[in-house]
Amino acid sequence: MSVVVYTESEEGTFKKIAQEAVSYAKGIADKMGTQVTAVAINGGDTSELGKYGADKVLNVSNDKLKKFNAEAYADAVAQAAKKEDAKVVIVSGSANSKYMAPLLAVNLDAGYVPNVSELPESTDPFKVKHSVFTNKAFSITEIKTDVKVVGLAKNGYGVKENEAAGTAEDFSPELSSEDFSVDVVSVDKATDKVTIADAEIVVSGGRGLKGPENWGMIEEMADILGAATACSKPVSDMGWRPHSEHVGQTGKPVAANLYIAIGISGAIQHLAGISASKTKVVINNDPEAPFFKNADYGIVGDAFEVVPKLNEKLKEFKAQNA
Amino acid sequence: MNYPKKNNTQKDTSYMKILVCISHVPDTTSKINFTDNDTKFDTNGVQFVINPNDEFGLTRAMWFKEKQGASVHVINVGGAETEPTLRKALAIGADEAIRIDTEATDGFSVAKQLANVVKEGGYDLIIGGRESIDYNGGMVPGMIAQLTGANFVNTCINLEVEGDTATAIREIDGGKETVKAKLPLVVGGQKGIVEESDLRIPNMRGIMQARKKPLTVKDAVDANAETQTAQFEKPAPKGDIKLVETVDELVDLLHNEAKVI
Ligand SMILES: Cc1cc2nc3c(=O)[nH]c(=O)nc-3n(C[C@H](O)[C@H](O)[C@H](O)COP(=O)(O)OP(=O)(O)OC[C@H]3O[C@@H](n4cnc5c(N)ncnc54)[C@H](O)[C@@H]3O)c2cc1C
Ligand SMILES: Nc1ncnc2c1ncn2[C@@H]1O[C@H](COP(=O)(O)O)[C@@H](O)[C@H]1O
Repeated sequence: MSVVVYTESEEGTFKKIAQEAVSYAKGIADKMGTQVTAVAINGGDTSELGKYGADKVLNVSNDKLKKFNAEAYADAVAQAAKKEDAKVVIVSGSANSKYMAPLLAVNLDAGYVPNVSELPESTDPFKVKHSVFTNKAFSITEIKTDVKVVGLAKNGYGVKENEAAGTAEDFSPELSSEDFSVDVVSVDKATDKVTIADAEIVVSGGRGLKGPENWGMIEEMADILGAATACSKPVSDMGWRPHSEHVGQTGKPVAANLYIAIGISGAIQHLAGISASKTKVVINNDPEAPFFKNADYGIVGDAFEVVPKLNEKLKEFKAQNA
Repeated sequence: MNYPKKNNTQKDTSYMKILVCISHVPDTTSKINFTDNDTKFDTNGVQFVINPNDEFGLTRAMWFKEKQGASVHVINVGGAETEPTLRKALAIGADEAIRIDTEATDGFSVAKQLANVVKEGGYDLIIGGRESIDYNGGMVPGMIAQLTGANFVNTCINLEVEGDTATAIREIDGGKETVKAKLPLVVGGQKGIVEESDLRIPNMRGIMQARKKPLTVKDAVDANAETQTAQFEKPAPKGDIKLVETVDELVDLLHNEAKVI
C-alpha cells in the first residue's frame, strides 16, 4: 500500500505544484502510516522529490509522452497506482491535472474530489474538505470507494520540506495507440509571460481604467513585481484584454499570494473567483465600492494618480531589496 | 475496471447528433446558505439557471445545427425542479430534452447516468461544461468520455467538426493548444467556444415552441454515489480592511506585515 502522487514537470523541470503535491501526499501517508510514491513523466532529475517526502519515484521516460496527453497520462498514472496498490492518488489543480483526473478516476473506479487545501480530517472513513460554490463555501466530503483520487487547489496546502529517500525506479507503463487518439497538433504558449495559474502575484484591472490604452501602467507594475496581468469580465468582453486574462467565477480562478485590483468594483462573481488569494489590495476612487469590504489593504483614490506613484515606489523598493 | 475500447469504425456524421449536458445551478449572484444542520444547500429564494459554461456549449451546438445540420438534445440528471432550466434550453433552440429522474449527488454517478444515455442514443458530439459553478467538480464530461470510450477535450475554447474529425482548441495554463480527434467526442466547454455576445436570450417564439418540444423523463440506472457531502461550511468572515493614504505605507505593509513582496 502507498499514496501515489502525480508530479507535473515541464521541459524536465518539476513545477512548484509538484513539490506541493508531494508535500501533501506525505501528510496523508503519515496519517495512514504508509509511504509516498511519486510518478514522474519525463521529469528529469527526480532526486529533488525526496526533499518533500517521496520515498520512491517511479520514473517514466517515454518520447511519446513528451507532449501532455490526458488519456495516456491517466493510463500511466493508473498503472503506477495499481502496481503500488495505492489507496489514495494525489493530483494537482493545474489545467492539465484537471483534464486528466476524471479519466484517472474512471480507470481506477475511484471517487474523486477536487479543490482540496487541507489534509483529510479522517482517513477511515475518508473525509476531506474542499471548496465548492466557487469559494463561497466548503464541503466536507466522504469518498467511499476503495481507491480515492484527491485533486489539490492551487497554492492552498503549500510546499513543506520533509526529507525522504526518493529512490528512483524506472517504470514503463504499457500504452496503446488508443491512448493517443486525441492528437496534439500544436501548442501555442507565451513563454516570456507569467501565467495567472503559476503567478504568486497578480495585477488586475477593471472597467475603471477606461480603455485598453491605459494598460501600460498595469503591465509596468506586473513587470516590476514579476506578476501576471488579469482583468474583470467586462474588460475581456469588450476586447480590451484577451479572454485568457478574465478572472472570476466564470473566468479563471486566482489563488495568488497577492492580488492587486485596480478599478474593479468587486462584484460577487469577481470576488468568488479571486477569494482564494491570500492578500488582496484594492485601488478604487469610490469608497463605497464593494471590493473594500473584501480586501486586506486599500487606497481610495484615482488609479491614474495612485498607480504611477505606486510603480515608482515599487521600483525603488525592488532596487533596495534586490 | 475495464473501460470500453474506442470505436474506430467509420461513421456517417454528415448530420451530427449532439447532446448538451446541462447542469442546473444557482444564479451567480446567489447567497450560499445551508439547511438540515449544514448538510443540504438551501434553495430558498435562489434563482436557478443553466450553468454558464453549458450555455456557451449549447450556443455552439446551435451554431453547428444552423451551419452544417445537426440534431441537438439537452439532458439533465436531476429532479422535476430542473425542468424549467431544460425548457429554457429548448427555448434557446434545442430540439429535445431528457431528464434522468434522480437526485444528482456526486459527479461520478451523474456521469454514469449520462454515459448510459450517450451509448443508447449514439451521439456523435457530447458537449458539457468545464465545471459546474455549484460543486466545481470539473469531472462529469471527462468521466462520460472514459465510460463510453469517446475522446475528450477539456477547457475547449474553439470547436469545428468536419466529417468524422473534430479540431478543437484547448486552453492550457499560459496559452492554448490545438488538437484533433475523431468523433464520438466529449468536450468540456467554457467562454470562448462562443463569445459572450453570441449567447442567445430566448424570445417569445422560442418560449412558445419550447412548450411543445418533447421533454422525456427517464428512469435512472443503478449507480452508487462514490462521494457524499458529510457537512457544508462557510468561510470564516473576512477581517476589516486597512485603508492607507500613501503608496509608501502600502508598500511597507505589503513587505513587513503581509510579507508578500
Ligand atoms: C453570469 C455572470 C457571470 C459573471 N462572471 C464574472 C467573472 O467571472 N468575473 C468578473 O470580473 N465579472 C463577472 N461578472 C460581471 C460582474 O457582475 C461585474 O459586472 C464585473 O465584475 C464588473 O467589472 P468591473 O469591476 O471591471 O467594472 P465596474 O463594475 O464598472 O467597476 C469599475 C470600478 O472602477 C472604479 N473606478 C472608476 N474610475 C476609476 C478611477 N479613475 N480610479 C480608480 N477606480 C475607478 C469604479 O468606482 C468602479 O468600482 C459576471 C456577471 C454575470 C451576470
Ligand atoms: N446533473 C447534471 N446533469 C447534466 N449535466 C451535468 C450535471 N452535472 C454536471 N453536468 C455537466 O458536467 C459539467 C461539469 O460538471 P461538474 O463535473 O459537476 O463540474 C457541467 O458543466 C455539465 O455540462
